[in-house]
Amino acid sequence: MRKLLWWQKGLSGLALAVLGFLYLPIVVLIIFSFNDSPVISFPLSGFTLDWYRAFLSNPEILTALWNSLYVAFFATLLSITIGTMAALALYRHDFPGKRLFTNVILLPLSLPGLVTGIAMLNFYKQIGLPQSLTAVIIGHATALMGIVVSQVLARLVKMNPRFLEASADLGARPLETFFRVTLPEIRSAIMGAALLCFTLSFDEIPVTYFLTGRDVTLPIFIYSTLRRGITPEINAIGTAIVAVSVLLIILSVGLLRDRPKK
Amino acid sequence: MRGKSVLARRSALPVLGLFALPVGWAFLLLIVPYGIMVAISFWTRQFPLFVPDFQFGNYLQLFSDPQYYTVILRTAKIAALVTLAATCLGYPLAYYLVFVIKTERLRALLYMLVIVPLWVSYLLRTYTWKTILGTDGALNSALKWLGVIDQPISLFLYNQWSMVITLTYIFIPFVVMPVFAALENIPRNLIEASEDLGVRPFGTFLRVILPLSAGGVISGATVTFCLAFGDFVAPVLVGGPDGTMVANLLQSQFGAALNWPLGSALATVVLLIVMALLWLSARLDRAGRVALG
Repeated sequence: MRKLLWWQKGLSGLALAVLGFLYLPIVVLIIFSFNDSPVISFPLSGFTLDWYRAFLSNPEILTALWNSLYVAFFATLLSITIGTMAALALYRHDFPGKRLFTNVILLPLSLPGLVTGIAMLNFYKQIGLPQSLTAVIIGHATALMGIVVSQVLARLVKMNPRFLEASADLGARPLETFFRVTLPEIRSAIMGAALLCFTLSFDEIPVTYFLTGRDVTLPIFIYSTLRRGITPEINAIGTAIVAVSVLLIILSVGLLRDRPKK
Repeated sequence: MRGKSVLARRSALPVLGLFALPVGWAFLLLIVPYGIMVAISFWTRQFPLFVPDFQFGNYLQLFSDPQYYTVILRTAKIAALVTLAATCLGYPLAYYLVFVIKTERLRALLYMLVIVPLWVSYLLRTYTWKTILGTDGALNSALKWLGVIDQPISLFLYNQWSMVITLTYIFIPFVVMPVFAALENIPRNLIEASEDLGVRPFGTFLRVILPLSAGGVISGATVTFCLAFGDFVAPVLVGGPDGTMVANLLQSQFGAALNWPLGSALATVVLLIVMALLWLSARLDRAGRVALG
């Protein structure tokens, strides 16, 4: 590319504007979490930490936060375990229905969450499983499994298959090969996928909405509070969540990035 | 090939376990629930119960009662507008990252900046638009403060436009990612060849870059349309009385209206639309690849 032409300049301007647009709401959220006025409007009136104090001393919010962490932890654990197994099965073997299996596992990633939520709600009703946090955990784990499968499979495909043959030739049993050869290769992909699953489960609404019983998770709490009205307290919770998710994302990008070939 | 056979023989038993759990899980918790949902969509409601049946009444109702089909059409319209807007805004950003930014490091950093919002709570990013666009929200108060307007404008929030703005905002990264990947994969010598043959840069863009990135645009647009069509948060938080979407309808069918068979029929319609689009987009992508060698 040589000197930028008029249309490329216009394009660059538009691109930077779009990039700014992506951060506008996040900036607004953070600014107003520190503004000492109950209404979210300019001009800013002063600095305060009251909204943070308010949410940290609200037992309802703390319970919801705990529920969210509980759900996200177990949903991640489940989807990592089963997702990794699925990725290994897909990587090493051909079996009838392989394409159907892959498509079904990946479907919830492009399907609006509410369809998955409704399907599971119908299913749970039929088998008599009550709506509860356990139901939510199973729902999240199932919906997020596709992420684990795609990330781990992408890493497996890059692995040198001769390592597995060498390990078998040297007399290692399959489980031994898995723990000593395969797992170290895919460990960072698994951890990256785990962080992603955790973040997405922590933030999930539609599946949770249909599957939860009386216990609410943090997003459901915020969602139902917001239908009634806005409080800057939500901005404070939001800013805290943003800070944590950015941290997790930076970690996961570092883990999911391909390591340079040795 | 000895190694291979050893591998195959040795791993026969654990492999069974490897399959059983994920395949069983996917069958029991994905295929069966979707199947049950489709089955219940043929049931009849006899208030307050639902009885097993096989009749097309629920679908008939969805497509003949304006109360329902207008909502489906409106949702499709809004999702299409969002797809169009997100593509028109996301494409230039991806182009800028790939062709205008010169250094690899800066490109990686800016690309990260596009991705980060995607993983920052989707609920909170949607909710913030409510606080920005509201009558006494950030936008109105800023405009008033700056002296641009004297009366707050109520036009910003609780209508179809606020929903299009919010959803476009949410889905821009979904377009940038696949388009970025497609643009990066274009062999640079094709662009050079086009320039050497005397084609002007804009011509090169139209005749080389744009067709070769069509696959990325298609997959970004497909995901955007599918997810926007069934979005659960924006219709409730920023949508208004004229903006009832499929998500609101589904909420009421499984809530106050208590008509699961009808709700299941509507959810099945969403499922079918999404599956049809995914299939179409995969086909288009494959066809495009063959045509371009």
